[in-house]
Amino acid sequence: MPSQDLKKRAERAREKPASFGPDLDLSVYDPHPRELPKTSLTSLSKEEQRALLEAGIDPLETNRSGSYLQMNRSVVFCQTRAEGLEILSTEEALKRYDWLESQYWWKALEVDEDKYTSFVELNWQRGYFIRALPGVRILRPVQACLFLAEERVAQAVHNIIIVEPGAELHVVTGCLVSPALKSGLHIGVSEFYVKRGGRLSFTMIHNWGEEVAVRPRTATIVEEGGIFLSNYICLRPVKSLQMYPTTYLKGEGSIAIYNNLLLAMPGSSLDVGGRVFLEASGSRAEVRTRAITKGGDIWTRGHLIGMAPNVRAHLECQGLILSPSGLIKAIPELEGRVPDVQLSHEASIGKIAKEEIEYLMTRGLTYEEARAIIVRGFMRIRGEALPQELQRLIEEAVKASTKYLL
Amino acid sequence: MLLQIRDLTVEVAGRDVLHDVNLDIGPGEIHALFGPNGAGKTSLFMAIIGLEDYKVRKGRILFKGKDLSGMPVYERVKLGIGLFFQRPPAIRGLKLRQLLEICCREKVDIDKLVFELAMADFLDRDVNYGFSGGEVRRAELLQILALQPDLALLDEPESGVDLENIALVGRGINRLLERGMPCKDRETRAQRSAIIISHTGYILDYVDADKGHVLYNGTIVCSEEPRKILETIRKYGYEECMRCLRRT
Ligand SMILES: Nc1ncnc2c1ncn2[C@@H]1O[C@H](COP(=O)(O)OP(=O)(O)O)[C@@H](O)[C@H]1O
Ligand SMILES: [Mg+2]
Repeated sequence: MPSQDLKKRAERAREKPASFGPDLDLSVYDPHPRELPKTSLTSLSKEEQRALLEAGIDPLETNRSGSYLQMNRSVVFCQTRAEGLEILSTEEALKRYDWLESQYWWKALEVDEDKYTSFVELNWQRGYFIRALPGVRILRPVQACLFLAEERVAQAVHNIIIVEPGAELHVVTGCLVSPALKSGLHIGVSEFYVKRGGRLSFTMIHNWGEEVAVRPRTATIVEEGGIFLSNYICLRPVKSLQMYPTTYLKGEGSIAIYNNLLLAMPGSSLDVGGRVFLEASGSRAEVRTRAITKGGDIWTRGHLIGMAPNVRAHLECQGLILSPSGLIKAIPELEGRVPDVQLSHEASIGKIAKEEIEYLMTRGLTYEEARAIIVRGFMRIRGEALPQELQRLIEEAVKASTKYLL
Repeated sequence: MLLQIRDLTVEVAGRDVLHDVNLDIGPGEIHALFGPNGAGKTSLFMAIIGLEDYKVRKGRILFKGKDLSGMPVYERVKLGIGLFFQRPPAIRGLKLRQLLEICCREKVDIDKLVFELAMADFLDRDVNYGFSGGEVRRAELLQILALQPDLALLDEPESGVDLENIALVGRGINRLLERGMPCKDRETRAQRSAIIISHTGYILDYVDADKGHVLYNGTIVCSEEPRKILETIRKYGYEECMRCLRRT
């Protein structure tokens, strides 16, 4: 039995520390919270709805193709509003499709990777299953929300996204805590599959809390001609966040692009990377990070592995230090395993250039105004031709967080 | 007088780069400022606009009768001083269009301006990022046209610009100095003044200056008819300029 085998491997990795980030004591969190009843997005409290909006989740579902809301372990809302789009909990999906377990479940990630993948397998509490059927282009974003609603709860989800051949899908995941709540644990295992000629954009907005620990584990497999675009935004306090999402470009001419936008407030520790295996000829990747510290620590990692001829990839990190304390450490790794690869990286870390502030001051702005404009410009994510609604949503989310920053 | 500079000594990075400079600019006057590289021309502008690194050690700058010492940069700008940078920095994530709106402090009929300066392609690009020399000048020109200062400080508007673009920049400067620009709801004011720094003097083929000055080693060593200064410099270089001074 394969699942028996998974459990055994998970058991063996129960105490296995991760390669990066502080080692967490998982025993202080409760992985068995009570079930919560089904609800609608608009019957949440005003504060909760505002928090949702700031994480890119629209309670009114305006211009959304569908929604998934999981609070703690419970799927409290799940709805599809587009043809050829499936949104289910992974629990439901495993019951419905027998191929899911054999072809996709723990196929992009290893269950015994570390104690966090192990924790999810041993304490599995659903997660979302989103699938775009072959050839279907769904331009309006699907919104998925993972919500920590009670103190000290551990959320351990296993998500799957499948973009079938020729399909296009845009997913926004907003992860947040209930506004009143401080501490909690979120571990999300996410396995994404972009089939031949498919296109997936995955935008994740993290609005956690000062005492929340977060360990996402994400891997994506992209087939021939497929495109995977990841936007990750974390601009709110978080106690400890560590993730190193990985993409395997297995098909010719496939593409992966990561855009990370990070802010570390005092007391926050962020360790965020992006790793791409360029396994097929003509594949291409970019990992771009913008990191700002206002007193917290940021490690930004990137790892490009060129394994096939005629591949091209670039790592870029720009760091901005806005306070006397705080740390930004950029750790780029380039790995060429065949001759015909083109891998590069560039990184720069510093404070805001004085001459830029002064330049704007000569246009009639005060020092503070000039500084704010430069910081906002720094945070603007380079648009990768995202659908308008998605672009707007990202800008709104960044704007909502900027007020905490400036 | 619009601008009065009295015995101005300015220190930059621990060294005096301007000594006892005196200069008067009346309303509607255009002055040309010449001088070799490193003479202190840009420093003079920076001191007038009030950048922190350019410390007034001695003397005063009066603008519209107000002593500028201790006045923050943005207030000087509000008072009506506008600076066209010789080497402006690039600003990532800020579109030129947004910067122009800042300059105008309101919505501008930017399109009209932009058409004339052939800048339409750049409006939605990051300010000065990857701009060519000519593009940088034209972007500066757009900004100063949007700012509509009473005193325009133009720092080498023609440097790094090909002949065709010099004509364009020259036209833009004329437009600034003669007529108002279409910033909505703002009165058009004639009688703008300017100081134009020029290393080569080419720009004076397009813009008529009333007076000329030569800055040398941080001091104004000669004030003359601008054409005359230009002729001497073009024919004999700054060395001859100095010799002429020694004779008088
Ligand atoms: N920000 C600065 N820091 C250090 N030295 C400066 C700075 N600005 C100007 N200087 C120095 O002051 C002198 C005059 O420079 P500048 O005003 O730029 O001359 P010009 O514009 O006439 O070429 C030069 O020796 C230059 O190196
Ligand atoms: Mg200069």
